[in-house]
Parts: sequence; C-alpha cells; structure tokens
Amino acid sequence: MAEFLQSLMAYWESFPADLRFVVIATMQILAVTICVILTVAFTTYFERKVIGSMQGRIGPNRVGPLGLLQPFADVIKLLIKEVVIPQKSNRFLFVIAPLLSIIPALATWAVIPLSDGFVIADINAGLLYVLALTSVGVYGVILAGWATNSKYAFLGAMRSAAQIVAYEIAMGFALVGVLMAAGSLNLGDITRAQAGGLSHWFILPLLPLFFVYFISGVAETNRAPFDVAEGESEIVAGFHVEYSGVAFAVFFLAEYANMVLISALTAIFFLGGWASPFEGWSFLGDDSLLRATSFFWLAAKISFFIFVFFWLRATFPRYRYDQIMRLGWKVFIPITIVWIAVEGVMAWLHVGPWARLAS
Amino acid sequence: MLHTILFYLFAAVLFIAALGVIFSRNPVHAVMFLVLAFFQSAVLWLLAEAEFLAIVLVLVYVGAVMVLFLFVVMMLDINVERVQGGLTRYAPLGLVVAVVMVFELVQIIWLRGQANTETLGFAATPEGYSNTKALGAILYTEHVYAFEIAAVILLLAIIAAITLTMRRRPGLKQQNISNQVAVSAKDRVRVVKMDAESNS
Repeated sequence: MAEFLQSLMAYWESFPADLRFVVIATMQILAVTICVILTVAFTTYFERKVIGSMQGRIGPNRVGPLGLLQPFADVIKLLIKEVVIPQKSNRFLFVIAPLLSIIPALATWAVIPLSDGFVIADINAGLLYVLALTSVGVYGVILAGWATNSKYAFLGAMRSAAQIVAYEIAMGFALVGVLMAAGSLNLGDITRAQAGGLSHWFILPLLPLFFVYFISGVAETNRAPFDVAEGESEIVAGFHVEYSGVAFAVFFLAEYANMVLISALTAIFFLGGWASPFEGWSFLGDDSLLRATSFFWLAAKISFFIFVFFWLRATFPRYRYDQIMRLGWKVFIPITIVWIAVEGVMAWLHVGPWARLAS
Repeated sequence: MLHTILFYLFAAVLFIAALGVIFSRNPVHAVMFLVLAFFQSAVLWLLAEAEFLAIVLVLVYVGAVMVLFLFVVMMLDINVERVQGGLTRYAPLGLVVAVVMVFELVQIIWLRGQANTETLGFAATPEGYSNTKALGAILYTEHVYAFEIAAVILLLAIIAAITLTMRRRPGLKQQNISNQVAVSAKDRVRVVKMDAESNS
C-alpha cells in the first residue's frame, strides 16, 4: 500500500510544476465553491425557519426530516421550470446578467482565509480585491434591469445601482479604518493582527466602523430593510421581474452568496476571523480546544451575522428611498471619516484600546 | 512560457474588446465592451506584477466610473442611424489622435531600447516585495505635495459639481429628520377633559 502511494506520489511529482499548480488550485476552488453553494442552500432554509419562529410560525417542515431537504426541493423546482425570455428584451444581456452577479460573489471567496493557512490566493492586496469585486457585482443588477425592457425592472435597477454606489463609499472608508489598525491589506494578516482574544479584536476600537460596515453590507446586498430594488409593493420584484426558472435561481444564489460573504468579511475584519474569543484565558489550559484557532470559530461568527441579516428582515419595515440615500451619504460617510481621524489621533497618543494599533 | 501564452491571450481579448467599443451599434454593448477592455488591461497589469494598479483600475473604473457611464447611456434614447453617421464624420479626427498616440508610444519604446538593450521584459520582484507598500511609501514621501494638490483639486471638483446641481425649488416639501425625532407628544396632541353632554 505504502509502495503504491509512493509510486503515485512519484508520478504526481513528474508533472510540470505549472500543471500541478493548476490542478491543485482548481481543486481548492471547486471545494470552496461547492461549500459556498451548499451553505447558500441551507441559508435559505435557515432564513425561513428563523423568520417563521419570529412570526410565530413553524416554517418549512414537509420535505425530509424537520424540512431539511426543502432547499433541494426548491432548487429542483426552479431547475425544471421554463426560462421565459421577453420578446423585446436584449437577449444576450438578459441571459448574461445573472452570471455577472454570481461570478463576483463567488470569486471573492478566493482571498477569504477560512482557517490559519487555508486560503486559495494569499495576495497582498486582498482587501482591495474584495472591494473591487463587490463593486463589480452591481453590473448584474443594472444589466438585468435594462435588458428586460420593462419599466419596473429598470426602476429597480436604477434604485439598486444608486444605492450600491452610495454605500460602497461608506464601506470603503470603514475598511480604511481596518487597514490602518492592521497595517496590512492581506486578509490573513488582518486576522493575525487581532490574535489574543476578545479584547484584541478590532470591534472594540473600531465600534462605529463595525456598525457602518455591517449596515452598508446589508444595503449592498439589497436585503431588507434596504430592499427597495425589489420593493414588492411598488415595483413588483424590481430588476428580476421577468426572470424565471434557473435564471432567477442564479440571482437568488448570488444574493445569498453575497450575504454569506458580507458576514464572513465582517467576521474577519472586526471579530478576528478564525481566532477564538477565549484565546487569552490561560486558566483553560494550554491545549484547550476552546483556545485554539479553528475554522469553526469563523463558521460560528458567519452564522451569527447571517442570523442578524434575518433578524433585521423580520424586524424592520422597508426604508423609504430618500431616507436610504440620506443615511448613506449624510450619516455613514461623515461617521467613518470622523472615526478614521479619531483612530489616527488615539493611536498616535497611545490612548485606551487604540494604543495597541500604533506599532 | 505560460506567462507569454497568457499575455497574448489577454491582449487578444483586450484588442477585440477595444474594437467592439468602436463598432458595436448598441451603446450599452459598447459600454460593456469598454468594461471588458478595462478588465483585460487590469489582468495584463497583474501579469506584470503591478497588483495595486490592476485592482485599483477595476475598483475605480469598472466599479464606479463605468457604472455611472452605464447609467447615463441607458437613460439616453439614442438614434442608431445618427450614431452611425457619426462614425464616418469623426473618423479623420480619430485617425489623427491615433497617429499621435502611436508616435508617442514608439518614442517611449525607442527611448527604453536606447537605455538598456538586454532586459525588455519586467524584472522579477524580490520575495516579500509589496507593490502596494512601495507605491504608498513613494506617494507619501517624495510626491506628497503633488498628491495633496491632486486631492484638493478633486475635492474642488466634487464641491463644484454639487453646487452646480443643487437647487432649492420653492414649495418643495422636505423632511427634517432631526425635527421629527425631537418632537414631543405635547406639541402634537392636546388632551382635553370635558364632561359628558347630557342629551335629555
């Protein structure tokens, strides 16, 4: 057996280095993508259960034990439905728009460090890459709205585009605070800068930026209470009015993948990513599992933020459009700018929790 | 080897996208081709290990500028016939610009060729070298005045654009949120106690 493995290894080593790299990278990408898609499937189930219990209902409970197979039933239903393409629509852009919204949502996972040492692409400018790709996602929405050739879809697309462009600035400024604190653009280094337990996480010195980032993230993903892009009471379903079957499923997938992504990013930037909250508790013993860094801490943090997404959706009524714009431009951007200045001055003067950031 | 193949592949896509910008009849298609062209140039920069510039190109041009472009183009009701007439009318001007650009490029390549004849490609960066850090260091030390002046000019442009477009129409009903929040029940509701009327 060992001999066989050895010969297999030797065979593997005989491939050119470029080819081996491509094979390994492809397998990593496949693994992460499939995990993200499965997470998205169960996120829909989670959402319906959470909102159900908040509204005093049971939620899905028919397909499989506890309704756990409901997401697969939904996917199969959407797959076998007909995709209707409106006659006066721009066919090519109509078909390509869902793809343009799913690709950035999945591609961003390339730089997300899932645990200490596992990241598909460990690049120096990881944070910029995240910002760049999240801003590309808006094309899917705009093109869908335009290509449909319908007033409702176009209105939805315009609303969503203006909203995403507005909140992206607040998000970017919030991340400026994070990179000032971490001194690096690499997501792995940002996580490592927060090692040392709960009190070392950036959420404490950067509390306002944390709120701005997460709320802007909710707005960026077009989720309630910022979901004017698909405001049912005014414009039916917004940019995806005419999408059906698989094309709609892809939009749906992109929205939920973005939600999981924003949760993961918030966990990494402000809650120490894979780090354990009990890292500093030496009385637990040196080899305690509670103190070890692991993927499960990151997963727990991501789940918490996904829960907050649903919590917000079940709690708040939809914002009016001008109020959304006001919040983005006149409230969040000034808050972030002020807090960047506060952070800089405090770190410079070595005051309070900011003192650690100065080095 | 792989590097060269990728370069020519991406360069070919860039070239086709650039042609698409000029020749597509639908303005929205033209904008999308331009987005593709920006993406491809960013990828070419990535191949040259200029990751900061590449990602900023995507972030600024693809993520912000082209979105606003697309906004404007979608709102326009463009007459396709007239646009096509424009292609031949503006062709001479475009040719002149193209000739000037090619001339400048040739000059630069010629100058470079004079300076060092051995290395035409990019030198490999040392291990642990961060493009972003290097750019930041030079931008905030050597070129700090130019950088600050550029920032002030941009700020000026923002303020100018806002002042040009902001107008207060008379009779416009606006919501003042801080007033709404600060309101107290006393200003809105008056509780009046009175005896029940007897209707006999």
